[in-house]
Amino acid sequence: MKYQSQKVAKPYFIAAIGLFVGQILFGLIMGLQYVVGDFLFPEIPFNVARMVHTNLLIVWLLFGFMGSTYYMVPEESKTELYSPKLAMLLFWVFLVAGALTIVGYLAVPYARLAELTGNDLLPTMGREFLEQPTITKIGIVIVALGFLFNVGMTLLRGRKTVITMVLFMGLVGLAVFFLFSFYNPHNPVLDKMFWWWVVHLWVEGVWELILGAILAFTLIKVTGVDREVIEKWLYVIIAMALITGLLGTGHHYFFIGTPEYWLWIGSVFSAMEPIPFFMMTLFAFNMVNKRRRQHPNRAAVLWALGTGVMAFLGAGVWGFLHTLAPVNYYTHGSQITAAHGHMAFYGAYVMIVLTMISYAMPMLNGREAANSNKSQVTEMWGFWLMTVSMVFITLFLTGAGILQVYLQRFSDAPLPFMIVQDKIELFYWLREFAGVVFLLGLIVYIVSFFVKGEEARLKPAEQTLVE
Amino acid sequence: MNETFTKSMARNIFFGGSLFFFLLLVGLSADTVQRLPERDNRENLTPQVALGKKVWEDNNCLGCHTLLGEGAYFAPELGNVYVRYGNSKEAIKGFITSRPVDGIPGRRSMPQFNMSEEELEAIAEFLKYMSEIDTNDWPPNVQG
Repeated sequence: MKYQSQKVAKPYFIAAIGLFVGQILFGLIMGLQYVVGDFLFPEIPFNVARMVHTNLLIVWLLFGFMGSTYYMVPEESKTELYSPKLAMLLFWVFLVAGALTIVGYLAVPYARLAELTGNDLLPTMGREFLEQPTITKIGIVIVALGFLFNVGMTLLRGRKTVITMVLFMGLVGLAVFFLFSFYNPHNPVLDKMFWWWVVHLWVEGVWELILGAILAFTLIKVTGVDREVIEKWLYVIIAMALITGLLGTGHHYFFIGTPEYWLWIGSVFSAMEPIPFFMMTLFAFNMVNKRRRQHPNRAAVLWALGTGVMAFLGAGVWGFLHTLAPVNYYTHGSQITAAHGHMAFYGAYVMIVLTMISYAMPMLNGREAANSNKSQVTEMWGFWLMTVSMVFITLFLTGAGILQVYLQRFSDAPLPFMIVQDKIELFYWLREFAGVVFLLGLIVYIVSFFVKGEEARLKPAEQTLVE
Repeated sequence: MNETFTKSMARNIFFGGSLFFFLLLVGLSADTVQRLPERDNRENLTPQVALGKKVWEDNNCLGCHTLLGEGAYFAPELGNVYVRYGNSKEAIKGFITSRPVDGIPGRRSMPQFNMSEEELEAIAEFLKYMSEIDTNDWPPNVQG
C-alpha cells in the first residue's frame, strides 16, 4: 500500500462482506418459502425477505464499489485521497441509513413504513429494487454526491489515468441514472419504461465501466503487463458494453406497452451484449498468460479469471438464452429470469468486488503483497464452493424455468401458476440445497481472513516490477 | 491486440460509439413516449386507477407477483388477472379480502392487507386497467 488514505477502503470492504452474509441468509429464507410456503409467515412474508435479499445485494455492492474506488484512486492518481475524514463520515451515514432501512422492512408492514416515511409526499416506493423509502433514496443521493466530490477532487489534483477516468464515468453514471428512481408517474407504462433507466442502465451499462476499471486495475497489479496494453483492452470492452447495452435496453420493452419496433431493436442489440463479457474473459486470460511477474497473491488472480468466465456465462450466455423476443415471449418473468439474474449478478458484480477485496485486503492488513499460502488455499476453497454452488443454483432454476414455461405457457393445455409451482417443487429443493452449500462457501471465505501462517512474498527480482 | 489498432482508436470508438448510441436511445425513447397514447390505455387513467397504483406500490405487491412479467416470481402474474377472473373486479376484491391472517399451513399465502373498500375498489380498477394495455399479445395465454 503506497498511500495512507487507501486505508479507508478497509471498513467499506468489511461492511460489504457483513451485508453479503445477511443477503445470503435471506436468500435461504426465500428459497425455503418456495417449498414450505408458510415458513416464517406472517412474520417475514416472502416480499419482505426478497426486499432484504435484493436491497442488501445492491447496498453491499455499492460498499464494494466505493471501497474499491478509495483503494484504487490514490494509487492511480499518485496522491493521497482529498478527504479521508469525509470518506469515513459517509461510510457511517451510508451504513446507518442502510441498516435503518432494513430494520424498517423487517419491523413494520411495508404499507406502514410507506406511511411513516412520508411516501405520500413524493411516492417512489414499491417498485422492484427501488423499494427504499423516499428519504433513504435522498440519503443515497447525498452520500453519492459527497463520494463523487471526494473522488473527483482527488482525481483533479493527481495523475489522470484511463482506469480512473473510466471508473469515474461509471460512478457518475451510477449517480445520474439513479435520479430516475424519483420519477414515478401515474401511467404504469411510463413508470416501467423509465424504471429501466435505473436498473438496466446500471447493470448493463455504467456498472460495466466500474467492473472494467476494477478488473483492469487488478490485472495490471497482478500480471505486471504494460499499462498501454491493458488500457486499450479496457476501452474496447467498455465501448462494446455501451454500444450493445444502451439499445439493449430494448429487450425490456417487448411486452410492457411500448411499441413493436423494440422487439427488433431489443433482440438485435441485446443479442450482442455477450460480446463485451466474452472479451473480458479473453482479456483476463490473455493478460495472465502474458504476465511479467508471478504475483504471490494467487487467490486474487483466481478471482479475476473467475470474474471473466462467470460474468460471460451468467450475463452473456444466460442472458442470450432468453433475450430474443420470440423466446422471451414464453420466458418473460419466469424462473429463467431468476436463473439469469443469479449467475449474472454473482459472476459480474459479486466476483469483481471479491477480486478487489482479495487483492487489496492483505495490504490493508499491513502485509507486503499477499496472505499466507494456507490462508489463500482456504480462500480458494471459498471461491470454488461459492462459484460451483452458484452454477448449480442457476442450473436448477433453469430446469424449473423450462418446466414452468412448458406447463404454464407452451403446452396445449396450459396449467395455472400455483399448480405448476407444485409440480416443479423438486427443483426448488435442489436450489435450496445448493444455496446452503453457497453459505458454507461464504463461511469458508470469511474464515480465510483469520487463517495465519507465513505470508507469501514477492521475489526480490519482481519488487521492481510493481508499477 | 494488433499493433496497428492503437489505444487512441479504441478511445475514439468508445466515446463516439457510446455517445451515438446514447443519443439514439434518447431519440427512440422520445419517439416511444410520443406513440404511447395509442397503446397505454391512458384514456382510462382515472384518479381511481392512480390511487390503485399507489395501493399496489404501498403494499409492495410486486415483491411476490409479476405485473406484465416484471417483479417477483413467487406468485401469479397480475397484468391479466382481471381477464383470468372472468372480467370481474368483484372476484379480485373477494380474493384479496378472503386471505387468512395466519396463512395456510404448509402453503404459500397472500397476507391479509386489511384494505378499505376505497382501496379495494381502486386496486381492482388498476388491475383492470393493466389488462387493457397493448402488450404485443403477452402473456401467451390466460394463465399468465
